[in-house]
Amino acid sequence: MQDNLQSSSYKELEQKSKYTNMFLRWFLYFVLILFASYFIFPLYVMVVTSLKTMEEIRQGTLLTWPSSLNFDSWLVAWGGRGYGAGDTFLRPYFWNSIKMVVPAVFFSTFIGAMTGYVLTKWRFKGDQWVFLFLLFGCFIPFQAILLPMARTLGTLGISNSVVGLVLVHTVYGIPFTTLFFRNYYISVPTELVKAARIDGAGFFKIFFKILLPISAPIIVVTVIWQFTQIWNDFLFGSTFSFGEAAPIQVALNNMVLSSTSVKEYNVDMASAIIAGIPTLIVYVLAGKYFIRGLTSGAVKG
Amino acid sequence: MKTLKIEELSKNFGTTEVLRKINLEIDEGNFLVLLGPSGCGKSTLLNIIAGLETINEGNVFIDDYNVSKVEPKDRNIAMVFQSYALYPSMNVKENMIFGLKQAKTSKEKIAEQLEKVSTFLQVDKLLERKPSQLSGGQRQRVAIGRALVREPRIFLFDEPLSNLDAKLRVEMRREIKKLHQQLKTTVVYVTHDQTEAMSLGTKIAIMNHGVIQQNETPENIYNKPSNTFVADFIGSPSMNLIKGKLIKNSNNISFIADDSSLEVPINNYDFKENSDLNDKEIYFGIRPEHIYFKKLNEDDFDINLRADLSEYIGHEQIVTLDYSNQEILAKFPSTIKIELEKEMKLYFDLAHISLFDLKTKERI
Repeated sequence: MQDNLQSSSYKELEQKSKYTNMFLRWFLYFVLILFASYFIFPLYVMVVTSLKTMEEIRQGTLLTWPSSLNFDSWLVAWGGRGYGAGDTFLRPYFWNSIKMVVPAVFFSTFIGAMTGYVLTKWRFKGDQWVFLFLLFGCFIPFQAILLPMARTLGTLGISNSVVGLVLVHTVYGIPFTTLFFRNYYISVPTELVKAARIDGAGFFKIFFKILLPISAPIIVVTVIWQFTQIWNDFLFGSTFSFGEAAPIQVALNNMVLSSTSVKEYNVDMASAIIAGIPTLIVYVLAGKYFIRGLTSGAVKG
Repeated sequence: MKTLKIEELSKNFGTTEVLRKINLEIDEGNFLVLLGPSGCGKSTLLNIIAGLETINEGNVFIDDYNVSKVEPKDRNIAMVFQSYALYPSMNVKENMIFGLKQAKTSKEKIAEQLEKVSTFLQVDKLLERKPSQLSGGQRQRVAIGRALVREPRIFLFDEPLSNLDAKLRVEMRREIKKLHQQLKTTVVYVTHDQTEAMSLGTKIAIMNHGVIQQNETPENIYNKPSNTFVADFIGSPSMNLIKGKLIKNSNNISFIADDSSLEVPINNYDFKENSDLNDKEIYFGIRPEHIYFKKLNEDDFDINLRADLSEYIGHEQIVTLDYSNQEILAKFPSTIKIELEKEMKLYFDLAHISLFDLKTKERI
């Protein structure tokens, strides 16, 4: 009797928890879909608008699908209309940005890796102070250094040039890249360095042969971070460059704001997407190299 | 010629003194174990021998040559680390020959060494694998192999077995012993495990707070500990130290524990110094395994003690006894049935006792 009673009440509880779980699951999906659409919605509007003609934009609503896929506005955004003065288009500035972002990402990542290596594996007196000051660099608002930096660039004779921007972004990237690499290398056993020293490897050999080959995960993280920061930067670009030396974000701004005639929303949207595509590509390509635990062989498995 | 000699060596980290006036000598082919609790400075000493740490005072000689300022790679040593420290991005073969390549050894010589060592250590089937694809024991073997290929004058081991599980540790211990027997290379080996130290070392240097407490053969360390630290550190459970004093009259000398009237005759004890013994406050040291249930030797001293607790650990049992309000431990075979809360007759093996000065903690 007792047993029966108990088993029936268990059954009831089981039913109940099943319903609760089902409800929670559906609720979870609902919330997730809601947030996902919140994020995807602007992109959808951008893409759809960029494919419409101005006629369609004026008549339809934001959400309507374009009547035909029309890439004219993309071509205009990239290459211009082909007439002389006043025609702003992205192509030259896109290459400016590439010329700026590639060396700046490379140098800041490389220098950050070196500094991180020294701060963890070749400790010296006062190294924690060096690290503290470097960290401080992460918290300085960039607006605060605009004037001194402008003076510096002027003195060096590289203001309003891509080289100047590479320098600025490298210098201000180092605190972040150092922080990344330092935190990564601190978990790499120092015994590796000791073993290599006994084996006769020097400072650079240990860095290039032992540490760099196991740094892939953190290099990817740093590159994504730096690329996004530098590519999307507007402040330094608009302050330290103008005219032909401007990076794409500045050009995009000029293009959208300086239109004297009618606002061409489709061209604006296409330009904005073009300016955002490289960061997307970096995420898609590098994202899959986010593999952790490449050092697992060095320490206990 | 001493293979390794350390002279008046001191080392500080800032204001903390890590090593104080260390003197050590090792003859060719010996196996020296540096043993001590964590933080005693043993690993620092090993790193100094390797050249990975700087010296504040004193000198290190290898083959009578002062290497105090010589780079690690030029000291003709090789080191095996606790975490193995295999280069994660290289396979076993590259790991093993990395040092030889740095030293610009000829290709033929490298191939020959690799072949010899990898067969010897039975890792010749694993040469193409990455360290992450190896088991703990295999990694350990590769780490030893990496040290072996360089044919060093001195092998340095830094707690090489601590990362292995209990069973594998015993196996690898035996292999290291075998290795030393076959190669007869000089070894300095750091561990905090006394069993490892006892079974491997030809000499053991016990360290505490940066000072070498005793540096002798395992037998002497076990039988004649030079102070209470060594007595307490070696042996499991450690030596019983019973507080009391000496009584000397004419030709007889005996020990009386505090709060006790029982005189334990210790006429056969080999005192370092014979003067001033009367009324001296001492620790009477006897190991748990030297308290017997049956009389074994003629000289064994019989004593009645109350058993308070018995811990069964398989092949034997550890019994807590009460010696006039001082707790002492004894080790008996587990076949013996012990009645708790009752006095029983036991025997002290007086040939294996150690006496220490209560104040200086030194052996007398």
